[in-house]
Amino acid sequence: MIDFLFPNVNWESVLYATLETIYMSVVAVAFTFLFGIMLGLVLFLTDKDNLWDNRILKAITAAFVNTFRSIPFIILIVLLIPFTQLIVGSFLGPSAALPALIIGAAPFYARMVEIALREIDKGVIEAARSMGASNREIIFKVLLPESMPALVSGITVTSIALVSYTAMAGVIGAGGLGDLAYRVGFQRRDDDVTLIATIVILLIVFAFQYLGDRISHKLDKR
Amino acid sequence: MISLNQLKKVFTTKDGPVTAVDHIDLQVAEGQIYGIIGYSGAGKSTLIRLLNRLEDPSGGNIQIADWKMDQLSEKELRQARQEISMIFQHFNLLWSRTVRENIAFPLEIAGVPKEERMERVDELIDLVGLSGRGDSYPSQLSGGQKQRVGIARALANNPKVLLCDEATSALDPKTTDSILELLVDINKKLGLTIILITHEMHVIRKICHRVAVMEEGKIVEEGEVLEVFRRPKEAMTKEFVKQVTEPEETQEAAGELFTDTDNHIVYQLTFVGGDAKKPLINDVVKTFDVTVNILQGKISHTQHGPYGSLFVAMEGEDNEVSKAITFTREQGVEVEVIYND
Repeated sequence: MIDFLFPNVNWESVLYATLETIYMSVVAVAFTFLFGIMLGLVLFLTDKDNLWDNRILKAITAAFVNTFRSIPFIILIVLLIPFTQLIVGSFLGPSAALPALIIGAAPFYARMVEIALREIDKGVIEAARSMGASNREIIFKVLLPESMPALVSGITVTSIALVSYTAMAGVIGAGGLGDLAYRVGFQRRDDDVTLIATIVILLIVFAFQYLGDRISHKLDKR
Repeated sequence: MISLNQLKKVFTTKDGPVTAVDHIDLQVAEGQIYGIIGYSGAGKSTLIRLLNRLEDPSGGNIQIADWKMDQLSEKELRQARQEISMIFQHFNLLWSRTVRENIAFPLEIAGVPKEERMERVDELIDLVGLSGRGDSYPSQLSGGQKQRVGIARALANNPKVLLCDEATSALDPKTTDSILELLVDINKKLGLTIILITHEMHVIRKICHRVAVMEEGKIVEEGEVLEVFRRPKEAMTKEFVKQVTEPEETQEAAGELFTDTDNHIVYQLTFVGGDAKKPLINDVVKTFDVTVNILQGKISHTQHGPYGSLFVAMEGEDNEVSKAITFTREQGVEVEVIYND
């Protein structure tokens, strides 16, 4: 039955491509979370009258974030080939897609982090200052925990964008389900392969969404 | 304990500089509950924020205990703030932490080891009357309970001074009273100096020993609460005093009484301190040949004794009435004719 519906699908290569996609997505999400929060904190804290009030740093960070957020992903991958070769040692394979994925997604996420941090009640930050908290304590004990549900929903949205970025990265040789759909499904006109790649990608997206919603909901004590 | 000298704060706004705090001098003795009252925009919020340097002064000096607040380095300031804690109108609790964890927060900042922290938190939960609610989240508490958490959190590091920024303004009257009682209680138990700002004279009357009235960044009047109630000098102060002594309906109700009956002259008697407890009316009626008709009365309690006003109509021979009035005045009661036809 399955062979009848999907005559051209090599299940072993689908499994392999799925693992590659999951690998790229999970690692990229992890680094995007980290770098996005760092960038988002800088964007937020360098505001006027905020803890690190610094116009120059704010301008530089905002310019960096806006630039990399605006470059279409497919162009970004190509632009970053020399950089990728420098850190990963190659520009082919799933690991080689990571720098472009992270650099493409982190600025996007950083803006969401900034918004999440702005949502925090200023009074709570003031209360922490009135207790003698240092900036470091304010960041780790107030800002991050208080905005965590929003940070998690933000990374959920970003992770879904990242899954689709991995498919694009497939086109220039990163592997994964996008690569499979393009090489086999499109170039050989094996439409059943395209279909199965789509289904698996959807399942991955649903899984991310479900997980993100659950965690965010659990963290939210408001 | 606290001494402000020519303290000044100027904000630069698009419309030019705004002086929020204008050369304020103020002394607060140790263990006192000191109230600062003013309408919004009077600068009282800025003033209290200057005390723990949430705002930086534009000029002048702030001395709290042994800290010269205006000259501290960042690090010293953080240490000083552990001894000068603050509670807020909107409580400002961390919603991501339980009651217990919220109270533990300042202890974490002070570097208290975990076991000691937990012990201290339990003590504080009992002190503010929140036993059994330690594992709740702030969202599960009522306003009054949230403020109790705020107070427990403020007391965690055994501060010398507690700053209250409109701490009861978001609470209903009953809850306000219970929070005020808690504040008096900790003031007595721990000898804590409390500075509070408010726009409600009721709060001042109920718990403060001294009061300062603020208007346009300046302190226009200052003194013992009872004294200020007895003889308010400034118009602003009189307005605030009225908030407590004259219920809004008094004028209206009294007005009707005066016209309906044959009460020709109505007096307002103002009692302060111990006087309020004497059987004055009884003495007057027994000693002089007058009849006294009580129209309306109200007695409030302050930290230094009762304070009240009584509206009475007095009938009798002019001679007797004037002797009765003189006698009343001799008892330390202020007499004012408020209606005479």
